[in-house]
Amino acid sequence: MSRKNLRLLVPLMSLLIALAAGSAIIAATGASPAEVFLRMARSTFGSGYGIGQVLFRATTLVFTGLAVAVPFKVRLFNIGAEGQLLAGSFAAALCGMALPAALSPIVGIPAALLAATAAGALWALAAGWLKVRHGVNEVISTIMLNFIAQAVTGYLLTNRFAVPSTVHTPPMGEGSCLPGIDALLGLSWHSPANLSSLLAVAVAGATAFLLARTRYGYTLNAAGLNPEGSRHAGIDTDARMLGAMALGGALAGLGAGNLVLGYKHWFEAGLTTGAGFMGIAVALLAGAHPVWLLLSALLFGWLDYGGLTVNTLVPKELFMIVQALTILCIISFRGISSESHSG
Amino acid sequence: MQEGYAAARLTEISKSFGSFMANDRVSLTVARGSIHALVGENGAGKSTLSNILYGLLKPDSGSIEVGGRKVAFDSPRQAIGAGIGMVHQHFMLVPTLTVAENIVLGSEPAGLFRPLSMRSLEREIAELSRKHGMEVDPGAKLSTLSVGEQQRVEILKLLYRKASILILDEPTAVLSPPETERLFSTLRSLAAEGRSVVLITHKLDEVLAVSDTVSVMRRGRLAGSLPTASASHRELAQMMVGREVLLRTENPPQEPGRLLLSIDRASYGTPDGRQRLQELSLKLCAGEVYGIAGVEGNGQSELLALLDGTWERNGRFSGSIELEGRQLHELGPTEIADLGVSTIPEDRLRSAVVPEFGIAENLLFGRHREKGFHRGPGFDRERLARETQRLLSAYDVRPGGDGNPPLSSLSGGNQQKLVLARELERPGLKLLVLAQPTRGVDIGAIEQIHRRIIEARLRGVAILLVSSELEEVIALSTRIGCLFDGAIRHEFGEEEVRRGRIEGSGFEKEIGLHIT
Repeated sequence: MSRKNLRLLVPLMSLLIALAAGSAIIAATGASPAEVFLRMARSTFGSGYGIGQVLFRATTLVFTGLAVAVPFKVRLFNIGAEGQLLAGSFAAALCGMALPAALSPIVGIPAALLAATAAGALWALAAGWLKVRHGVNEVISTIMLNFIAQAVTGYLLTNRFAVPSTVHTPPMGEGSCLPGIDALLGLSWHSPANLSSLLAVAVAGATAFLLARTRYGYTLNAAGLNPEGSRHAGIDTDARMLGAMALGGALAGLGAGNLVLGYKHWFEAGLTTGAGFMGIAVALLAGAHPVWLLLSALLFGWLDYGGLTVNTLVPKELFMIVQALTILCIISFRGISSESHSG
Repeated sequence: MQEGYAAARLTEISKSFGSFMANDRVSLTVARGSIHALVGENGAGKSTLSNILYGLLKPDSGSIEVGGRKVAFDSPRQAIGAGIGMVHQHFMLVPTLTVAENIVLGSEPAGLFRPLSMRSLEREIAELSRKHGMEVDPGAKLSTLSVGEQQRVEILKLLYRKASILILDEPTAVLSPPETERLFSTLRSLAAEGRSVVLITHKLDEVLAVSDTVSVMRRGRLAGSLPTASASHRELAQMMVGREVLLRTENPPQEPGRLLLSIDRASYGTPDGRQRLQELSLKLCAGEVYGIAGVEGNGQSELLALLDGTWERNGRFSGSIELEGRQLHELGPTEIADLGVSTIPEDRLRSAVVPEFGIAENLLFGRHREKGFHRGPGFDRERLARETQRLLSAYDVRPGGDGNPPLSSLSGGNQQKLVLARELERPGLKLLVLAQPTRGVDIGAIEQIHRRIIEARLRGVAILLVSSELEEVIALSTRIGCLFDGAIRHEFGEEEVRRGRIEGSGFEKEIGLHIT
């Protein structure tokens, strides 16, 4: 009972402390925190465009958050969602570019999404394989793979695929694009939000089901909680690690659905804007639980876009401080509470 | 012997953790120059009480007197200052330092920037160890020492700090019979020079052999203190459990069935080149319990890993481990389980359960592949709940809470009964490999577990029992193999074991000769 309360309390307390610290910093820069937050609220929730922007940003974060959360179950810390998202986005854009424009969306969309998941999964599997086969720490390998993904996509983009004198690939065919939220609901928000947001909710639900209700999820949890015991119980822990990494990478890759298929319709430099890294914060705040993760993604999506809208009052870096502080608080509180439990 | 003031006097000590009363108005007097045994089941409050005396825990109420003066410790450092020292069950030593360095660690006889003269220190420690009959090379690196020697270092550490009250927590759990004997004679000589020893244990034979006074704890309270000379094994056991206990499970004879497991000259060397098994051979038939007696670290873990498919494949193996025409060491854990082999590993929490999972999920652990439990992509929750209820009542497992509490909330005995239930109920069970089945389990549960093992044998299951408790091996086994240095050095046949069971401690000594 008390332990369950604690689990909820830790993220909430962390968030409050981080927001309080953020307010203090805002005050220190000379602006009024109340004014800043009010302006943020108005510019995000006050207009359809604002809501759409928050939704759009949150959607990518759901995917990258899940990409961190799933490997977390087998005690792997996937810092590579950024690289996996890049690989997925690039693959999706190339796939969409290669497919004929007149292709039916029933074929085109799944094909592009499949390319994205496959690329993301493969990128993550590289780290998983290094871990299982050679014991390479996945934190280091995924960070390095992020750099490599950035360099490879950057190189291929400028030297091979970019439309001359731009930094993006040619737009993909109509048949592989996801409809925007305006077209779906008959709105005129003119925001980048698209069908992917629904997909994100469905995927989070499916992931929750997989982890909590299936035999595979059972073995995944067991392998994470007690690897030694799992080997005795005939659970192949190496295979579970590879599986969780591949799944995580695939989920990160699916983020391409939002960025490429739903919004840009091409791959461009700086497309991911650090969403992969923010996914770590999203997953940590949600305690790696897929359903809580939806809320945590919304919150970070709001901070991300809201920070932009008050850029004239306070530098948007300030909200990066709030994010980082939240994570620091969560990690410290967990450490403190586990100390007092064992002591 | 007991004139003047007592070495330590605890009065009406109470300590609770949440709603749980770990110590409930416990009063205890440790006489000077005596060995005071503190016995009780797991969770009876022995450790809490000793941690209070050692300053690790603060009592909620009650008072402590040491050497006639009232004290209140905030930390072990103060307790050490008052002459109280403790040897924990898990040693607190630094493997990369020498014996002498370990002994002085924390009370170095030098200023912060004044160098320590290792030479004179080693001389001092050599003299100390000689004086107390605990030979150990002060210059040796700790990691090269045997467990028994490490324990001597721990005791020397206390003597170096001039402790007059020594608390030892389960000191014999890791020792061979001769090492135990040696420890006891050391303790006796320490008592003879006026120091007091508090011996925490659950082995009643040791209590009777070495202590002057024995205090029995039960559920946080002191069930009684009495001079050991007037105590009997049966009486102490009854005080611990609170009722009459069967000290020896009935073990009816049985005609062994067909040959099931045949290990032939199995040798195994670890990847770093240490030879752990050296041509070990044994045969096991259905309806038989083959007991492997031996001090830990003589190849038990490696044998177990070979039998359940988790051995390090980059080690070197030769020989044959055959079960009904299959070579077990060539198979993985899943395939071995499918042959009807089940293993209960020695370290339950690490290897046999997931402590964070609920009881039901733990009953599934390792049996999650059984089709009967499946439904759709997941498990048949209803069937699992029914099966859990059935096993809980059949094996008398008592979970603390309702519903499906996490396994870690269960006592050691209940956890072990749960693991036993899971493995004994495996469909098609032919061979059960049991390692230390009653470690960390209280007497009441030991009795039940032993009865279950005998029942399984009568059902025709072949059982390989690995235990460092000789009493247990003798009580349960049909035949006994004495494991020493990676091989069965001697085997006692059925007749001998049956006679030995009646004979008792003489037989234990005889086995002791073959495992050291």
